Amino acid sequence: MRKLIFGLFIAILPALGLAAGAAVPLDEMTPDHTDKASLQRGAALFTNYCMGCHSMEYARYKRVSDDLEIPAALYEENLIFTGAKIGELMKNSMDKGMAAGWFGAPPPDLTLETRLRGESWVYSYLRGFYKDDSRPLGVNNVVFDLVGMPHVMVGLQGLCAVKPNIGVKPNVEPLSGNINNSDACPEYAIEGSMTGAEFDQAMWDLTNFMSYMGDPVKVERERLGIFVLIFVAIFFVFAYLLNREYWKDVH
Amino acid sequence: MQKFINWVDERLPIVDAWNNHLAKYYAPKNFNFWYFFGSLAMLVLVNQLVTGIWLTMSYNPSGEGAFASVEYIMRDVEWGWLLRYLHSTGASAFFVVVYLHMFRGLMYGSYQKPRELIWIFGMLIYLVLMAEAFMGYLLPWGQMSYWGAQVIVNLFGAIPVIGEDLSLWIRGDYLISGITLNRFFALHVVALPIVLLALVVLHILALHEVGSNNPDGIDIKKNKDENGIPKDGIPFHPYYSVHDLLGVAVFFFIFFIVVFFFPEMGGLFLEKPNFEPANNLKTPEHIAPVWYFTPFYAMLRAVTVDLFGLDAKFWGVVVMGAAIAILFVLPWLDRSPVRSIRYKGWLSKIALTIFAISFVVLGYLGIVPATEGRTTVAQILTVLYFAYFILMPFYTRMEKTKPVPERVTG
Repeated sequence: MRKLIFGLFIAILPALGLAAGAAVPLDEMTPDHTDKASLQRGAALFTNYCMGCHSMEYARYKRVSDDLEIPAALYEENLIFTGAKIGELMKNSMDKGMAAGWFGAPPPDLTLETRLRGESWVYSYLRGFYKDDSRPLGVNNVVFDLVGMPHVMVGLQGLCAVKPNIGVKPNVEPLSGNINNSDACPEYAIEGSMTGAEFDQAMWDLTNFMSYMGDPVKVERERLGIFVLIFVAIFFVFAYLLNREYWKDVH
Repeated sequence: MQKFINWVDERLPIVDAWNNHLAKYYAPKNFNFWYFFGSLAMLVLVNQLVTGIWLTMSYNPSGEGAFASVEYIMRDVEWGWLLRYLHSTGASAFFVVVYLHMFRGLMYGSYQKPRELIWIFGMLIYLVLMAEAFMGYLLPWGQMSYWGAQVIVNLFGAIPVIGEDLSLWIRGDYLISGITLNRFFALHVVALPIVLLALVVLHILALHEVGSNNPDGIDIKKNKDENGIPKDGIPFHPYYSVHDLLGVAVFFFIFFIVVFFFPEMGGLFLEKPNFEPANNLKTPEHIAPVWYFTPFYAMLRAVTVDLFGLDAKFWGVVVMGAAIAILFVLPWLDRSPVRSIRYKGWLSKIALTIFAISFVVLGYLGIVPATEGRTTVAQILTVLYFAYFILMPFYTRMEKTKPVPERVTG
């Protein structure tokens, strides 16, 4: 009995660790690092909209080009704006000191952002901007209150006039099965070039890419892990038989 | 081959050593599940040493370069991610197997006469292991590395008179800095591993001098056959070497599931704030040590009263230190005529159960942020933790024990 109780406690410990954290409701986002097309779209979005301010200085362009199957020449031509060589780290040219003056704090490096805050947080944050004239940049964010970052993707999403619905379960009409609040934002102050659903998909791709950047070896690691476990399982069989053979003479 | 062995043996007693520690070291034949964790601890130690050596080849122990060099290992070094995850998961695995190993000792009275020294060497190993883990955790130079170290080193500041100077001396600076990082690196990779290895050798030499205990707590040397071999003993090699291979396979299966699929273990083995570089101007919302320190951390936080004109923080440190120190004197607290929990009375059984539950729940309370209710629970559990030891001389003598059989039972 004691063994059982002890074992149970050990088993639930990891779950208890997760209990602490996230007070803001978030939209769930489960990344898929095998979806190369999504990762490529995410890479394009990140380079075009984020990298002016946010570096990914622990990663190299070459790795992204290889992993995402973007030909090196194409990558250099379209996705490197700093004149860096493809083997270099993904830095940008923003001066950190000046940036601190502009935004209050320098834009953080984003290589490990998803591992720090989680994919769901990033996905919700990117879709959480809304119009707030009391803020210096005219926008606020439901996930990150009093945010210092401007709404960079206002051209795509438009500007939400009210607080968007983040972390709200979809409102499904019971008879027709239609989802009434598929987009987070019910009302726009400025229209963007994308529909709500298109923008959600784009931000999903961007988050997926950032998740890949945080843990680029994940797919390979899990693929290898299967083989390692199979090997250990086979090893166990032989160890078991060897043990049984020796222990035959112990009475 | 035999000639070569003879040549060496005339100059160095390798045959004797082989026989004394393996081929003719007679271990009780009734070891159960709980007896895997000693050899598993050895396995994890080897894992830590080997992966650690390779990690130092690419790690940069400076305030400017440490964080980036860890990411360099994770991304640019061939198999660097595997070395790092083996090392980080190994650190937690070390404590898992050591805690289970220690619990085995508590259950079967393995600390009792004549194994007091084995227990004390084991406790010293545990102490060095905690220092080793603490210093190792600073090296990735993330936010939790930094603030965790800040909190723990500041604890020394609570000691009256010398405290402030002592923590300054440990840090080598007025706050945790690159200087601290460099000295922790030196201690983590050179000084403490040497001490650890020496203690492991002493632990095993002392064990092999008096022989292993067993789940029945019987002295198998009392029953010897005509050749002077214990009737209930079997040579460690090959019987327990092949037996331990089974344990190794099961252990590896679980270990590799973590390494390859859950290297962060939901933030328990690698805490999330540690994915942000150390920043001395930004304190994380909630600072928690890694899970293996949290029972003691919870005890530290549980002490909330100032006493004799000294800060509650100081008494917290005293309680935390005492919680570990009291384990050292355990062999002299247990007055029971029997070793194993199997033959002790129900008082001992209840005491051990309460102790184990207290320790695990304190570990949980040390992970989560403190609230008033949780602090009260932690206070009660801290008292229960100490009660297990302080009351031991009484309940082990008072209770009625069961008769111990002559020979080991299955």
